[in-house]
Amino acid sequence: MKICVLVKEVPDAAVEKRIDPSTGRMDRSGEKNLNPYDTHAIEAAMQIREGGAVPVEEIVAVTMGPESAVRALHKAVSLGADRSVHLTDAALAGSDVAATGYALAQTLQREKPDLVLLGQQSDDGECYTIGAVVAEHLGMPSLTQVIKMDVESGSLRCERQAEYGYDTVNVALPAVISVGDAINEPRYPSLKAIMGAKKKPLDTLSVGDAGIDAGKVGGDNSAAQWVAVKAPPQKAAGTIIEDEDTDETVEKIVAWLDERKLL
Amino acid sequence: MANILVYALHYNGAINKNSLGAVSEGAKLAAQLGGEAHAILVGEGVPQDLAASLGRYGASKVLVAEGPEGLAQPVIDAMGKAITDGGYSYAIFGGGLLGFEIGAGLAARLSAGVAMEVTGVRAEGGKLIAERPILGDSAISEINYRSPVGIVIGRLNAFEIKESGASAAAVEQLSFELSPQAQQASMVTRGEQRGADVDIEGASILVAGGRGLGKPEGFELCESLAGAFGNNAAVAATRAVVDAGWYPYAAQIGQTGKTVSPKLYLAAGISGAIQHKVGMQSSENIVAINKDANAPIFEFSDLGIVGDLNKILPKLTEAIKAKKG
Ligand SMILES: Cc1cc2nc3c(=O)[nH]c(=O)nc-3n(C[C@H](O)[C@H](O)[C@H](O)COP(=O)(O)OP(=O)(O)OC[C@H]3O[C@@H](n4cnc5c(N)ncnc54)[C@H](O)[C@@H]3O)c2cc1C
Ligand SMILES: Nc1ncnc2c1ncn2[C@@H]1O[C@H](COP(=O)(O)O)[C@@H](O)[C@H]1O
Repeated sequence: MKICVLVKEVPDAAVEKRIDPSTGRMDRSGEKNLNPYDTHAIEAAMQIREGGAVPVEEIVAVTMGPESAVRALHKAVSLGADRSVHLTDAALAGSDVAATGYALAQTLQREKPDLVLLGQQSDDGECYTIGAVVAEHLGMPSLTQVIKMDVESGSLRCERQAEYGYDTVNVALPAVISVGDAINEPRYPSLKAIMGAKKKPLDTLSVGDAGIDAGKVGGDNSAAQWVAVKAPPQKAAGTIIEDEDTDETVEKIVAWLDERKLL
Repeated sequence: MANILVYALHYNGAINKNSLGAVSEGAKLAAQLGGEAHAILVGEGVPQDLAASLGRYGASKVLVAEGPEGLAQPVIDAMGKAITDGGYSYAIFGGGLLGFEIGAGLAARLSAGVAMEVTGVRAEGGKLIAERPILGDSAISEINYRSPVGIVIGRLNAFEIKESGASAAAVEQLSFELSPQAQQASMVTRGEQRGADVDIEGASILVAGGRGLGKPEGFELCESLAGAFGNNAAVAATRAVVDAGWYPYAAQIGQTGKTVSPKLYLAAGISGAIQHKVGMQSSENIVAINKDANAPIFEFSDLGIVGDLNKILPKLTEAIKAKKG
């Protein structure tokens, strides 16, 4: 079995995200990291390999993003991927979800994976939808938010929480599965793996290399156009108490509740 | 003229509330665009009267397609066919999980623009513009569609349910073919309720716990506090702890759980993710205890306590017991 894992570089959670007022797009400067949700997808791939139910020939990390995104690939490789593919091209800048999913699907097509894994959401884009778009372009079934995955030969038995409780779904491969963060506890990379990551094979592809129609990607060709950004309605700021002396804190909470007749 | 197709999710003979909201919203918008709103139901032996009942929320026609339930791909096939044949300009989904999967897949199939987590839609110059909060709800972006079809995936509870006063809708059967990928997935069991069947919807005070409780036993702190408040109080949970098996699914608040608006919602060890917030933001009073001063939950709390819940909850429980005598 060959597994491709989609990974993304995102602003570090500790850094405040903001919109660049000149372009209306997200400001992607500043500290970056591998999207934390994607580490669960890599871990899921590793557990399939180590589980031994089916032989896994290769785990390939795939990203679309600017030059700097290569660091997310190094991180993915340090966590277990055998090699990586970096789709990078100025023509891709500003692509919406549909265009990003199309470009990633074209890139994946070259790899012919049996299974594509991805994270439940990107920390910055929070669209929850790349998997469904990629799957449709690849003509594969897709399931999102999967928190348990048992591999049988040629198929997966997946569990996930949907609107009415937990569903168990059988999916015949090839398939695209986005995993929820409760699926596993990702491992930490070893120092040796971190040091060795840069030596693992890395393919860098342009739009042309991946057979992507440049007229279907990029901000100007995206079907969903972001036109304006405004501030949300302001809610009056709440009262904040820093707990220094817990007895005092509790007294204040009780008084607050009492004032509002909640006791 | 622009017609709108609305997906109606149904289960056990009832239409999902968020779908009713989406049908109501679709009807309102279609009227503004000078068109009609139609709804589509995909399932096994969908009752005619269930389909026709969507007329009350403004759907003038309801398409019923025979196909497997609870999976996205068959619905993408059915809606793809309906939109290609029927010339719809927009497709609308209420909040939840399937709508995200179907809407995104449909966007790929039809080369349509898609906006998700939409909190508002307006008609302007014969077109729809969708509003979508971004960056943890700190800004709202507006999305224009440049494609022949535009797809709107609503946020949970974003669209108000409104009865239009109209009567039953015309019901039409839609025949479509399942794509090969749709035949690759099959439901084994659906809607399994994990954990005890607890009732949180009747409570006027909810003490909710999240991953910050540290371990399943952490919920004892929440239960003691709820006990101190009295018998109108219950304990609720986030998906993170329900998925981990710490607390029953029936107590989960949020996008794929319950929506509540108690008099008091006290959150302990909950970060305040959007998918949790959408299920509890209309609570009358929100109190949060979290050790991280930057936790998003403080953005929408009326009283926020930055501190360790292990220190605060036991003392708070004692103080409330003492106060209530
Ligand atoms: C499609 C989809 C649907 C979803 N549906 C739902 C849903 O229905 N309901 C839902 O809740 N989530 C849902 N989620 C998940 C959601 O995005 C979050 O992952 C989840 O709500 C996080 O739960 P949490 O707050 O318990 O955990 P975390 O986000 O891990 O937060 C734990 C918090 O505890 C604090 N903490 C830790 N230790 C202490 C301590 N000792 N004292 C005080 N504070 C402490 C931390 O600072 C942290 O803020 C959904 C996600 C997706 C993508
Ligand atoms: N540019 C990208 N390159 C590779 N994978 C991506 C990219 N954007 C999103 N993904 C994957 O899609 C998942 C869901 O992202 P999103 O739909 O943006 O919330 C992420 O966890 C990643 O696995």
